[in-house]
Parts: sequence; structure tokens; C-alpha cells
Amino acid sequence: MTKGAGRRHHNSELTKKGVTTMAERQYDWKAIAKNPKFVELHHKKTAFLFGWWIFSCVYYFLLPIGAAYTPGIFKVKMIGVINFGYIFALSQFFVSWGIALYYSHVANKDFDRLTRELIDELHL
Amino acid sequence: MTMKKIFVAASLVLSVAAAAFAAEPTKAAAPGAAPAATAPAAPGAPAAATAPAPNAAAAVATPAPAAPAPAKRELKANKTITIGMFAIIIGITMGVVVWAAKQTKTASDFYAAGGGITGTQNGWAIAGDYMSAASFLGISGLISLYGYDGFMYSVGWLVAYITVLLIVAEPCRNAGKYTLGDILSFRTSPKPVRAFAAISTVAVSTFYLTAQMVGAGKLMALLIGISYKTSIIGVGVLMVGYVVFGGMVATTWVQIIKAGLLMSGAFLLSFLVMLKAGFNPIGFFSTIVASPDIQDHVSKLVLKDGVILSGIDAGQRFLEPGLYLKNPLDQISLGMALVLGTAGMPHILMRFFTVPTAQAARKSVIIAMFIIGGFYVLTTLLGFGAAIHLTPQGITQVDPGGNMATLMLAQQMGADIAPIIGDLFLAFLCAVAFATILAVVSGLVLAASAAIAHDIYVNVIKDGHADQHEQVFAARTTSFVVGACGIVIGLAAEKQNVAHLVALAFAVAASGNLPVVVLSLFWRKFNTAGVICGLLVGTIASIGLVMVSPNMTYPKVVAAGAKKVVAAMEKKQAALPAGQALGEKDAKALAKAKVDALKDGTSMMGLEKPLFTLKNPGIISIPLGFLAAILGALAFPNRRSEEMFDEVYVRQNTGLGMAKAVEH
Repeated sequence: MTKGAGRRHHNSELTKKGVTTMAERQYDWKAIAKNPKFVELHHKKTAFLFGWWIFSCVYYFLLPIGAAYTPGIFKVKMIGVINFGYIFALSQFFVSWGIALYYSHVANKDFDRLTRELIDELHL
Repeated sequence: MTMKKIFVAASLVLSVAAAAFAAEPTKAAAPGAAPAATAPAAPGAPAAATAPAPNAAAAVATPAPAAPAPAKRELKANKTITIGMFAIIIGITMGVVVWAAKQTKTASDFYAAGGGITGTQNGWAIAGDYMSAASFLGISGLISLYGYDGFMYSVGWLVAYITVLLIVAEPCRNAGKYTLGDILSFRTSPKPVRAFAAISTVAVSTFYLTAQMVGAGKLMALLIGISYKTSIIGVGVLMVGYVVFGGMVATTWVQIIKAGLLMSGAFLLSFLVMLKAGFNPIGFFSTIVASPDIQDHVSKLVLKDGVILSGIDAGQRFLEPGLYLKNPLDQISLGMALVLGTAGMPHILMRFFTVPTAQAARKSVIIAMFIIGGFYVLTTLLGFGAAIHLTPQGITQVDPGGNMATLMLAQQMGADIAPIIGDLFLAFLCAVAFATILAVVSGLVLAASAAIAHDIYVNVIKDGHADQHEQVFAARTTSFVVGACGIVIGLAAEKQNVAHLVALAFAVAASGNLPVVVLSLFWRKFNTAGVICGLLVGTIASIGLVMVSPNMTYPKVVAAGAKKVVAAMEKKQAALPAGQALGEKDAKALAKAKVDALKDGTSMMGLEKPLFTLKNPGIISIPLGFLAAILGALAFPNRRSEEMFDEVYVRQNTGLGMAKAVEH
């Protein structure tokens, strides 16, 4: 039912309950996709999202791989009896939180702003 | 409202059935308690006869003074307090259901809480939906018995949310409505795609639900001594009640309440553990290394691999990897299933449709990540705390898998203040475990019912022509049937080994659902054929690989292992002085091994030994799922799907033309 903003909207469910005008509005999707603002948003987002996703995966898989194949490094004591392996596993939590907060910061600052600017431009 | 009356009547019937089963708990409770009571004195004795000298001294020395008092260690919850706490939880959640039922009028209310959940609320609900009793009790138990490996195991469950946050949450909020089928059918032929998406959703939910139900039954039986059947039916009736009457609103609030309770319990218990350690983390870890019980436990664990360790070295070994997770490929395979599967879990995806905007979806994942991650960090303290204060030996006496470690720790930490506080704290944590089960199973039932009612009934059978009243009725009926099936499966699977089903659910979600979701959202050439190939191959590959994996029972392998035990035991018996018999535990093991050694035949699939050596199929099935989806789409190109990509892509990035969840 999410199908086409106008195409299938005249079924009983939606007309009876009355949808906000937003959803019934017709958009020229191809034109929006070519809009420079959208292209900029798309490039920035793709680079950021997939880049950090790959980083987080690599960082995570170093844990099981390292534990299995380089146990010597994991056994090195760092603080008292606490070894590198423990600190590395704990760091996974902080790295994940860090990525999440950084993404939230960038998205609120950049992506949302670009999206707003794009929408404002379309509604001119 | 005749419909409501029908449901009330049906629920009553189920409750009566539960009561009927409840009448026979006395018989059932007894065998449940028995395994915990097997004599613990035995291990010390044979060790003296066979083990190398330095270990033997330690092994005999430690159990001896401890033997008389806690010989028959058992977790005893105060029944009155525990049942009181359960009643409070049932009361509060029922209140929520009544309140939610009044607001549930449209399909959007039922499936997506009318889009009226805030980001923060949804964050707590995601955490509540995700953290099962296995996280709560199982991981701390693993840490208490195997140290570092338990902690390492928990990491993947949080890292999985990076995929959810960066790849699926916001696009799904923008491009979907209620279900996985909504996202996938956007630019494909809706009917076949919805049908396959529904099948995959129901498969994932059923695997996960079965594991949860069986776990719930056993846990409740252990905690409050009611029978397995009563527990399943009790949990089942509540779950059906929440979902049928309260839909997504009630499910969300049950999950929020559960997450709040879980975090309070974990926080309080960690606080007590750290209080004992003087809030000195370095000292805390030094205590672990220096504990003679942990040293002895580790010595025995590594002895199985032919390694001799003792004293401080054995204690240090507890903080190093490799005591539990011994197959690195299996770990990587499970890691892949978690990292990609969480983002393909229908009950998690569904949560993003309950918030009004992509920003709220983003906020909710970040909040969920802090709750889930914080919980796992606290779990480390609980697991290591249990190892210090209860000793691994004490924990395995109650449950060999360590599942009771957190609960035992709560009782002991509380009892150190005053005995009644121990009882209260234990009862509180039992109630948290109960709430945990309810929250997770409700989310699963809702996801499976949405797939059947919204995708199959409304959109495939009725072509999308169903008014709100009919849609809500279909949703409620389906939830009732799905819940009832959950109860029946739970009852039937009591004696089955269901531990691998959770991993299987994640593998199917990662190999079947995730590739097609990602390709639908990000690849122009993706189409109907791609979705169907990806879903089919990913799902079948995961299930197929598990069917031929070591998760199944292979009688000949069991027999071969048993023969070794028989040989070892007979040797041990021969070494004993004349007239002396084996210890009770060894004698039992010998008797069981003798029976097992006669086993012959093949596994369910007609195999003598596993064809696929890993327990987790992800490492093979996930690439297969992606490959099938890509090849399927390339083999049957579709112009309309390609042309509509711009629309999907603009929508998922900007939220333009978003299906308004609020339609009334």
C-alpha cells in the first residue's frame, strides 16, 4: 500500500479515513533523483554509511580472528592482570557507541540539513 | 463488539486449560529438582586416583571443607514473594493492555502503534524486544564458567546494531509501512513477493519463538517449580492476550517495562558486586586470577585438551580466549549471522514503523545501542562476580550450563545484607526473567501475525481491499492462531534440543531477508526474480546446512563417544583397590555410556556423521543468499523495477511521500 503516491491511493481504506495531503501529492521522482542537492546527499550518505559500516565489520571480526589465531597478543597483560584481549573486547563497545554518536552528529548536521534544503526547494 | 467477546471466550478457554494443567505440578516439579541434587562429593575422589599429583592435592583440598554444608546446592526462590512479584508484573502489563486496547482501532494502530511511539520509547522497546532470557541469564552464565569467551560472545550482539543503524533503520522507516513484505514489494510484483516475504518472516519467527517458548517453560519450571506445561500455557496465554487485545501499543509497552526492569536489576546487582570489590576494577580482576576455585576449575577445563595448568597461571587463563569457543570458523560464521541477521529480523524491522520519522528511527537505534551495550558490559561484572562469589563449581551444581549464575548471585549478594533481601532480590530477578520472556515472545507473535494477516490475507487474498475493521479483525484472529500454534509447538518441543534454533533464526534472517532488503533499497536492477531467488536460496541454504551440521544427533557419533567413556571408566574401575566401587556420578556415567554405546543408525537426514562441520551456517549461506538474489535479478531483468528505483531511492533517503502511519 506504500505503492505510488498517487497510483493506488484511491482505495477505500485511504479515502475513507482521509490521508494527509502530503501522501497524495504527486512527485516527479526522476527529476528529484537528478536534483544536484539530492545527488550531493546521496554521495555523502553512501560514502559515510558504507565506509563506517565496513570499518565496524573489520574491527569486529578482528576480535574472533585475533582470539583464534594470535592468542599470544590477547594474553599480553596491560593493566594489572587485565590483558589486551579484555581491553580489545571492551573497546568494541566504545567503538560501536562512538560510531553511533558520530553518525548521529553527522546526520543531524549534514544529511538532515541537505534533505530539508532539498524539500524546501521542491516546494517552491 | 462480538469479535471482542469471541476473543474473551477463547482466552478463557485457554486459561481454563492452563488451570487444568496446573493441577498436576507436584509430580512434574520433583524430577525437575532432581538433577541439581546429584551428589557433588564425587569429583574429588576419582581425581585423587588418576589426576597428576599437583592437581590432585588442590582438588581434594578444596571440596573437602566445603562439602558438608552446601553439599546439595539448589536455587530456592521464596515462592510467596516470587509469585507476588509475578502477579505485580502481570497486573501492570494487563493494565497496559486494557489501556492499549482502547486505542487500537485501525490496522496502523495494531501493527505500528499508529506511528505514535517516540524515538526514546522505541529505543527502550527495541532493547526489550532484543534481549532475551538467553542474553540475561545465558551470557553471564557463560562468563561465570568460561571467563573471557563468554564476554567475547556478547560483543557481536551489540555490533549487529551498527548494520541496523547505518543500513536499514531509516530507509525502512521511509519506504515501509508494517512488514518486510511492504519494503520488498515496492517495485516488484506484490503478490509473489509478499507471499515469499511472509513465509520467510514466519519461518524466522517460528524458529526463534520455539527456542524462546521451550526456554521459558524450562526456566519457569526451575524458578518457581511449576510444571513445564503450565509454564508454557501461562506464558502463551499472556502473550496471546497482549498481542490480540493490545497489538503494537501493548507489545511496545511490555517491552519498555521489561527493558527498564532488566536494566535496574542488572545495574543494582553490578553495583553490589562492585561494592564488594571496593569499586576497584583492577582488584576485581586480581581476585578472579587469585581464586583457588576458579584456578581449579580452569585446570580441569584445560586438562581435557591435554594442557596442564595450575595456580595463578590457571587463574590468568580464565581471562584469556579459547576455553569455550574452540572453532574460530564457527565464531566468524555466527558473527556474520549476528551482524547481518539482526538487521533482517522481522520483529526488529517492524519496530521502525512505530516511529513517525527517520530521525526518530535513528535516535531509537542509538538509544537501544546504549542500553544493550551497557547491559552486556554489566553482564561481565555479573558473570565474573558469580565466578568469584559462587565459584564455577557451585554454579554447575545448580545448572551445568551456568544459566542460574545471575539468579544465584542475586540471592547471595542480597542475603549478605539480610536473608530477606536475598529472597526479595532473587524474586525480583525471577520476575525480570519472566517479563523478558513475555516481551520477546510477544514481539515475535506480532511480527509473524503481521506477515500473515497484512501480507497474505489483506494484500494477496483480498488484493488490498479490506476496510479497517476487517484488517484489524484479521490481525487479531491471526495473532490468536499464531500464539496458539506457539503454545502447541512449545508443548511438543519439550524434549527437543532447541538451542541451535536461535542461531538458525539469525542465519535465515541474514541469508534470506537481509540481502533482499539491502538490494531492494540500494540496487537499481533489483526485481521480483531477485527477491524470490534470494529469499528462497538464503532460507533453504541456512536450514539445509543446519540439518546436516553437528547440531543434529548422530547415533553413531554418540556411540563412538560413549565407547571411549566406557573404556575410560572401566580402566578407572580396574585401578581402584579391590572391593571398592566407582563413585556414584562415575557409575551413573558408565551405565549411561553403556546404553549409548549400543546406539546405531543415522541422523534425521539419514547421515552417519555431519556433512557440514560448522554449527553456524552463515559463512556459506549468507554469500549464497546474496549471490542468488543478484543472479536472479540479472537473469530476469525487469524494466518497471528499474524505472521505479528513482522513486524508492528518493523516498528512502528523504522520506518524501512516506506512508503516513497516522491515517485517522
